[in-house]
Formats: sequence, structure tokens, C-alpha cells
Amino acid sequence: MSDSPADEGREIEPADTSTLEPYEDPGLAPHAYRLTDTDPKAAKRAERQVAALFGLSALGTIGLIVAFVAFSPLDTINIGFTTTSASNFFLGLSLGVAMLGIGFAAIHWAKKLMPDVEIVHERHPLASSAEAKADALAQFEVGTDESGFGRRSLIRRSMIGALALLPLPAIVLLRDLGPLPGDDLTRTNWQQGMRLLTDPTLRPIKATELEIGQLVNGLPASFAEIPEAEGTQRQVARARDAIIVVRIAVDELQPPPKQADWGVAGILAYSKICTHAGCPISLYERTTHHLLCPCHQSTFQLNEGGRVIFGPAARPLPQLAIATDADGYLVAKLPHGFQEPVGPSFFERGGRS
Amino acid sequence: MTSLSVRRRHPLAGVVVLVLGLVVIGGLYAAFAPTSRAQTDSASDVEAGKKLFSVGCATCHGLGGSGVRDETGQILGPSLVGVGAAAVDFQVGTGRMPMAAPGAQVPQKDVIYTDEQIRQLAAYVESIGGGPAIPGSDRYDYTQGDPVNGGEIFRTNCAACHNFAGQGGALTYGKYAPNLMNVIPRHMYEAMITGPQSMPVFSDQVLTPENKRDIIAYLKTVEEEPNPGGLGVGRIGPVSEGLWAWLVGIGALVGVAVWIGAKSST
Amino acid sequence: MSAVVKAATVPVEFVDDRITASNWLRRNLRKVFPDHWSFMLGEIALYSFIVLLLSGTFLTLWFKPSMTEVVYNGSFAPLKGIPMSEAYASTLNLSFDVRGGLLMRQIHHWSALLFVAAMSVHMMRVFFTGAFRKPRELNWIIGATLLLIGLLEGFAGYSLPDDLLSGTGLRIAQGIVLAIPVVGSYLSYFLFGGAFPGDIFISRLYTVHVLLIPAIILALVTAHLMLIWYQKHTQWPGPGRTNRNVVGYPLFPVYTAKAGGFFFMVFGVCALMSAFIQINPIWLYGPYNPSQVSAGSQPDWYIGWLDGMMRLMPALETTIGSYTISWNILVPALVVPGLITMPWILYPFIEQFITGDKREHHLLERPRNQPTRTGLGAMGLSFYGLVWLGGGNDFVATLFQIPINTITWFLRFAVILVPPLMFVLTKRVCIGLQRRDRDRILHGRETGIIKRLPNGEFIEVHEPITPLEAWELTAHDRQVPLELGPAEDDNGVPAPGRRKDRIRARLSHWYYQDAIQKPTKAEVAQSHSHAAELEAAEDSDQLTGTPD
Repeated sequence: MSDSPADEGREIEPADTSTLEPYEDPGLAPHAYRLTDTDPKAAKRAERQVAALFGLSALGTIGLIVAFVAFSPLDTINIGFTTTSASNFFLGLSLGVAMLGIGFAAIHWAKKLMPDVEIVHERHPLASSAEAKADALAQFEVGTDESGFGRRSLIRRSMIGALALLPLPAIVLLRDLGPLPGDDLTRTNWQQGMRLLTDPTLRPIKATELEIGQLVNGLPASFAEIPEAEGTQRQVARARDAIIVVRIAVDELQPPPKQADWGVAGILAYSKICTHAGCPISLYERTTHHLLCPCHQSTFQLNEGGRVIFGPAARPLPQLAIATDADGYLVAKLPHGFQEPVGPSFFERGGRS
Repeated sequence: MTSLSVRRRHPLAGVVVLVLGLVVIGGLYAAFAPTSRAQTDSASDVEAGKKLFSVGCATCHGLGGSGVRDETGQILGPSLVGVGAAAVDFQVGTGRMPMAAPGAQVPQKDVIYTDEQIRQLAAYVESIGGGPAIPGSDRYDYTQGDPVNGGEIFRTNCAACHNFAGQGGALTYGKYAPNLMNVIPRHMYEAMITGPQSMPVFSDQVLTPENKRDIIAYLKTVEEEPNPGGLGVGRIGPVSEGLWAWLVGIGALVGVAVWIGAKSST
Repeated sequence: MSAVVKAATVPVEFVDDRITASNWLRRNLRKVFPDHWSFMLGEIALYSFIVLLLSGTFLTLWFKPSMTEVVYNGSFAPLKGIPMSEAYASTLNLSFDVRGGLLMRQIHHWSALLFVAAMSVHMMRVFFTGAFRKPRELNWIIGATLLLIGLLEGFAGYSLPDDLLSGTGLRIAQGIVLAIPVVGSYLSYFLFGGAFPGDIFISRLYTVHVLLIPAIILALVTAHLMLIWYQKHTQWPGPGRTNRNVVGYPLFPVYTAKAGGFFFMVFGVCALMSAFIQINPIWLYGPYNPSQVSAGSQPDWYIGWLDGMMRLMPALETTIGSYTISWNILVPALVVPGLITMPWILYPFIEQFITGDKREHHLLERPRNQPTRTGLGAMGLSFYGLVWLGGGNDFVATLFQIPINTITWFLRFAVILVPPLMFVLTKRVCIGLQRRDRDRILHGRETGIIKRLPNGEFIEVHEPITPLEAWELTAHDRQVPLELGPAEDDNGVPAPGRRKDRIRARLSHWYYQDAIQKPTKAEVAQSHSHAAELEAAEDSDQLTGTPD
């Protein structure tokens, strides 16, 4: 607690302890001269070293030009631990030498040949004098007074109102950044009776083609109908429609009652999009029926309706009910395919299903 | 030529042609058929395989290969009925079998059987219940494959576990997808059709033999491909790149800073 | 007048006639900067930023920030004929068809990793030496903002090539945006111009990456440097180095050569790393395809801590009616980062509030002399390190063959238990070091010579330390907790802000408790006179011939 009168109990400050200090500042240590200060030969040697380093840098620069001309980006060279692009290697090496040459030279020069006697500069307190502060305030007051900002409340209020409204155009103008989501996040392109295709080869899948322990990465038949040129549409479709199909021995299945008849002879289809942050998942272990997401390690139990057994995902992986059509191909069984939104959670996605 | 044209009318000529034709077709079949290796399995191979099996495998897999469970019903060794010769060639040929110690996953080790013995073991296991045969070399002749298409298929079906450059990765509870570099093409093919350990099956009906050959072609391309940028640390993901930035980059530059700040020798 | 100066006269005249340059030059050419290796860490960040600007400009000459799908037909055979975005195709083009393109890509990426890493070590230096104290609080805030913006800029750059890894990163980012209550799906549709991934995000991100954020960084860096310039650099205490002076070498020529040379060193190290070590091989990842993913999907190291928290967070989601709140994303991606960054950014003011110290500080403190601050720093760093490890749990699992689930469970507990432990441990170590310093001041340096006293006791002979060292060991502030003043002044008027003062006093006691104080003048005097007595006793022993 300082007992200076300025405090008046408003600010408490640490006590002044300067009188307790055990030592006085002995002042700067005597200067120690470098070898290059005392021995002209050493100085001459350092000078030659600096010049040699600058020379090395020049060689590097020339080397870079040579490497640029000499190698095409596809030429390769074995540099011991790997085979690499000769162009990249020699360009990088020569650029590195060119840069480091100058760097070493400049620093060596400064350390060995430029004076190393320390200079003392005074610091001045950063705060202005009380007088200057008062003067600044006074000038501000004059300005405020002249403008009448404090007096003319009509002007003041209308100005504040006008300025407060001004951010609105910025928000309004950004409105067309994108469409409103509507119910887009809850929909996929899956429809009742739509065939399951293999990804990326796009062939329909027969139930009889799948062995126990099989994994197929799949897409809906609608994907094949998107024209090749519609790249964006294809990407968007992949991001929401992708599925994985697995076949599990029937005696190992323990589906929740609702999903009891959503498979065909142990063949189950699930959304490939993680319910946590949306990574596609297909790390399926046939022995444990775990499906692991490589992004954050959410793990889903596929023989038990896709429930979460580990990691941050909070919802089971949505299952796609499937059946076979007249030709024995796997198709989506229920209207709209999935019975809940696929992918990561969002605020208005609806209750837990 | 005249003699041949005369004998062409010989009553037995038809028979000779038929026999010749059969021999040629049979030979071609033997040379190109996917199950060509199985064709050469003789009864003696099966017999020799059975002997090897009873010594090296039966403790876990049972004398008839029907699997063994301990008192608690835990599987010691799964049944091998129907796993086929391909599974044996893969498991024994990569040294995974016989297993050294129980664990989350059976690792790859030095192979302890000769090629001959592996063939005999495969013949025996095939004899107890069929299953996928060892593929013929045409199936995995990756020089015939299309690595571009293979890359697309690989990234969709395989990269999730084995990583984009086939470097492998972690699975759940200590299991892992192994590194695919320097795996021989036949073993790659066998792994896809048999689904060893945790790996799912990619049957030939869904992922066609051509698709598989393309995948192998892609993996071999990745394996042989140079690292144009230098040491290939980034093949296992950006975490390793971050480590290099700290250890080499920041390490070197802090070293330079220390040098700049150090007093010169007096 | 030397020839060099003669040559400079005309341009200096020219400039001076127009903007009075000589006045400024006169005062600043020989401006003094103190010399210490740890003062140059921020320079690494500055120079890697310049390398980023140079290499980045090169890349913009070829890179096409477009998601329009094209069929690749360049030199890289394994991807020939595959449909991909123009962004990805032009990055392949840079890597395989433009001479030096791969080198510049790699320099850009390595220097980006170094940029953030250098800012981090620089910040640690500033924190642990107390360089953020008044009058430098503003510069601390600017620096912290720079680090945060640097993360954003890095993530934007990582996302631009539209390869499989960067697309996966964007997908996760979109998942995080979706989780924001009420407005999440709207924000996502506005950002991506519709459903993910859309066809416009890369070009939007490009403007942010090459214009918006670099401009902000440049402005903040300028302000950062101007403040350093104006307030003068801090220095370590030592003989002749006080709070009122700055001791060192002049800007011209010594620092012109040292700092200028260091820029070339940073550039050179980036170039050599790019020649020898491959980074971000996007041609191996393949083009982004939302139905593909790779094992080892990780962000660059500086986003690892956020990704790590995403991985460690347990599954938690609340459904209220038909609305979903995804705590499993909100907590690790927004709530905890907010809770961590706010106290970190405001730390100078928090410490000032606790200590009540409103003085200007230009002398640095050794970390040991502020045990609580050092402990808090170690606590923060250990939390950061652990969640960062979580971001590489798949890498750790593969490298050390530990089940990934074990690592995750271990880290889930460790991130809560280890930081407080680190706080206590670090504080104890600091106090131990302080005690050692105090002993050295009071009893001198241990000589290793053992002597036997007349009463049979063995003692080690201590030699007094030099005055220079004694000064160095005591040239820091004595740490005095705030004392709560009387509740009423002499006239019986209650002191205002009493509650606030009481909290402050209590915090200040907590902050300074256990710290070992340097000895006072009286203590030193007493100790030295005691030593003199001992010596006198020994001398008299020798006189009387007592055997050793």
C-alpha cells in the first residue's frame, strides 16, 4: 500500500522497496576486445572470409540460372535418400546457397569487423507531461465546443442514427452470397427403388455378388444420370449421397427393432458421411464391424444399426433401407431413401431419430 | 506340304485334329486360367500339405482345419474351411502365419515356409472346402493395368485405411492397415479377394479383376514414383511435415539467432 | 567525406528537401538495439512473412482459383484424364510444368509453417520474460491477433489447391459452421454459395488469402514494428543496463548487417528445406472428391490443436424439441478456443490487475523470478501440447504402435489433469532456482574445497561472487503483494471500490506467495559479516596449529 496522497484509497499499489536493495549498479562491464580488434592478421582473415561468402552467393545465383536452363521439371536425380526432381533440387540448392552466402557474409562482417562497443541511449518516460495532457484536453474541448456536438443534440442524435444504420447496406448487399438452405440439408437424391451403384465404376450391385465381409463404396443410380460436364452437381451429389454397403453374417446382426428388416441377407447400406463433421468414412473392419472415421476417430458399430461406440460423433450413422428389385439388384427400399438427414448435425435438423 | 494334304483325308485325321485342338486349348487354359496353380495340385501335394498342416497349423486351426475354441468359447484359430488357397498363399506367404503371439493384429514377419511348402499347404486347405484359388499371373500383371483408373478406385475404396500413398494407417483398438509398399502384386490381389484379418472382401464380381489390376498398377506407380520435392515425409500426412518444420527449420534458425547474438572470440 | 557518403548526398538532399528526412535520420540511423539471441525470434516470423509474400506472388501468376471442372492433361501421368477443378489442375501445372514452380510451392509452404512456428516461439519469449508489461500491452495484443490471423491465413492457403486433404479440411470447417446454433446452415449456404462444396468457394477464399488477410497482417506488422521502434526494445538487466536506458549496438551499420543478413538466412533455410524435403505432395492426394478420404487426414501443424480438441471431445449433443445443439463440435471448435484465447490476449491487463503494478517496465525478467507467471505459461503450453498431440493421435498410434483409443482416452484425462500439475511443478522448479540464486548471493559460489572446523564439523568453502554477478542476480523487482488499506480514511469516509480491492489483494497474495525474495541489504550485510567471522576463526585455528 502506497501512502502517497494521490492515491486517496482509490488505487492500491505495491509498496516501494527501493531502500532494501542490497547492491548498487556497478555500471557497464569493461569492454573486452575481439581478436579482430587486436590482431590485424585476424581482421584481414575475417575480411577475406566475408568476401569469399559473398563470392559463394554469386556462384549460387549463377548456379540457379544454369539449373533453370539445364533441367526440365520432369528430370529426376538420385540424391541418396530419395529420387527427386533434378530441377527442384538444383534450383533450391543454388537458391539456398545464394541466400545463405549473403546472410553468413553480412552477419560475419557485423560480428567480426564492425565495432562492438556498446552504446548507451537514454529512455524517456512514454507518458506526456501533465501540462501536455492538459493542453491536449483543452484543445479537444475547444473543438467540441466549436462544433456544438454537446449542445446541439438534434445534430448529435441524427448523426449517430445515420452512422448506426450504415452497416445495413453491407449486410443487405451480401445477401446474394448464396441461397437460403431451406430443407436442402435434409434431402438426398435417393428415391424408393433407386439402384445402388459401385463408386467410382458406377455398376449396379447384385445382392448375390457380395460375399460375407464384403465392403462396397456406393452411389445412387441418379448419380450416373448427371452429365459429365456438370462437375459441381456431381461433387454436391457425392457429398450427400455417398453410401457404403457391407455384408455381415446374419447371425452377427443385432439391429435396433426399427431397422430389423432394412437389410438383404446381411447386406446393409449406410450413409458414408460422418454424423460428426462430415468426412466420408469407409474404414470398415470385417471382424469387429467397426467403421472408423479417419478425421476424428468416431467409430460406428455397423451390425448394431450404426450406433456410435467411440469418438465425438453423437448420432448413429443413418442407415439406408434396401431391398432387391426383380433382377436381383440392390435398391433403396423406402420413400426418399434415408429416413433422416445425413451428414453433420445442424441446428434445425429435427429431433434425434 | 503335299504329304500333309494327302494325309488330310486319312480316316483318323479328324481325331488327330480334335486331339491337337484339345491339347492346344488345354495348354492355353493351363497357361491363362485364373486357377492355373490349382490345376497342378496333385494328390501328393495335398498329402504333404496335410502333414505340414498338422505340425504347424493344427494347434490353433484344428486337425481338420475346422477351427479351435478355448474353454470359454473364445476363438483360438478360425475355421479354414472354404477360405481357399489364396488365403493360405497370402497369410503364409507374407509371414503373417503361423502367428507368433496373440495380439490386436497379426503382423507381417519373415516367411518360414518354402514356396513349395506354401503350395502344399494351400493345396491341402483348398481340399478341405474349396474357396478362392491363387490367382493366375495375368490377373495381377500390373504392366497391363491402367494406373489412372486404379488411382480413382484406390482413393475411393482403399485410401481410407491404407492412406493416399499406400502408407497404411491406424484402425480401432490397436489394429492397423499395413503399408502397401513393396508388397508383391499376387499378395495384393489375394488380400482383396480374401479379406485377411480386419480387411473387408472386394469380390471379383463387384470389383472386377481388371479393376484390381488397375489398383495394383496404381500402387506400383506410387511405389516407383520419385518424390519430386525431396525426402518424402509428407507421404504420411502433414503432422510429419510440422515436425520437420519445428526440428529442422526453427531449430536451424534459432541456431543462427544464437550465433548472431553470441560475442565474438576475444 | 568518404566517397560512399558523397554518393548518398544527392538523394538524401532530394528527399530531405521534400520531407525533412535528415531530422529523422539524424535521430534514428544510430538508434540502439540491445543484443540477445531471443530478441531475434520475431524477426524469423517477419522474414518468413516476406518470403511468403514473394513466393506467393510467384504462385499467383499460374494458379487459377476456380472450381470449374476440367480434365487434366498435363505432365503428371498418373492423373492424366481425370476430371478435377481448375484450382487443382493449375497446382499440378505449377508442380510439373512450370520450372521452379514446385520449388516456389514448397518454399511457400515451408515458410508458412515457419511463420506460425516463429510467431509462437517469439510469443513464448515475450510471455516468459515479461516483455508484455506496461507500456507494451498493446503490442502483445497486436502480436496475439497476428498469430490468430496467421492460423486463418495458413488454413486458407492449405485449402486452396482443392486436393483431397484440403477438401476434407474444408468439409470439416463446413461441419463446424453448420453446428453454430440458429444461423449455422444459413452461414454455410452463404459461404459456399449453396450446398457444399459448390463451385465458388475456392475463388472467394483466394481473395481472402491473397488480399484481405495479407493486408491486415501487413498493417498489424507495421503497427507492431512502429511500436517497437517508438517504445525502444526491452533489454535484460545487467551492469549498466537499467530501466531508464537501452544498451546495445547501432541500427546502422551493425543491425543493418545482422538483421539484413538474417533475412537472407531465413530465405536460404526455406530454399534448402524445399530442395531436400518434400511438402504437401498434392499430386499424391488426388483431386478433391467428397466421397473419398484418406487415412492420416490431418491439418497443418498449427491447426492441429483445434483438430485435436475435436478428436478428444466426447460425443455430446442436446436435442431441444426439433433443434439440435452439437456440443461435440461447439465446445472444441468455438467455446474452448474462446476460453483459451481471451485470457491469453488480455494477459497483460490481467497480470496488471493482480499485481497492481502500473509502472513502465523496460527490463526483462528471468522466468524463475516470476514463478506464478511461468507456471501459468507452462500450464497453457502443456494444454496446447496435449491437444496438439490429440490432433496427431493416428500418427502417434502408427509410430509407437499404441491403440488409437488408448491415446484418446489418456489424453481426455491428461488435458484436464496435466496442466494444473505442470503449473505446480514449474512453479516449484522456479522457486528452487530462486532459492539457489539467493544462496549464491548470501553465501557465494561453492568452491568444492571441504574444510574441517575446530569443532569437527565439515564445511565447504564458499567464495563471494563478483559484484557484476551479484548485481545481475538482484536486478529484478522485489515482489510485494498488495496490502488492503484501511476500510475508512482518516475522516471515517469508507474507501470506494473496497470489494474490488479485496479481490485484488487476495489475488496478489496468491500470485506472489511462495516466491523467494532476493536478500535485502541488511541480510547481505549480516551474511557477509558471518562469513568474515568464520574466516577469522579459521585463521586463528591455523595460528594455533590445530590439525586439519
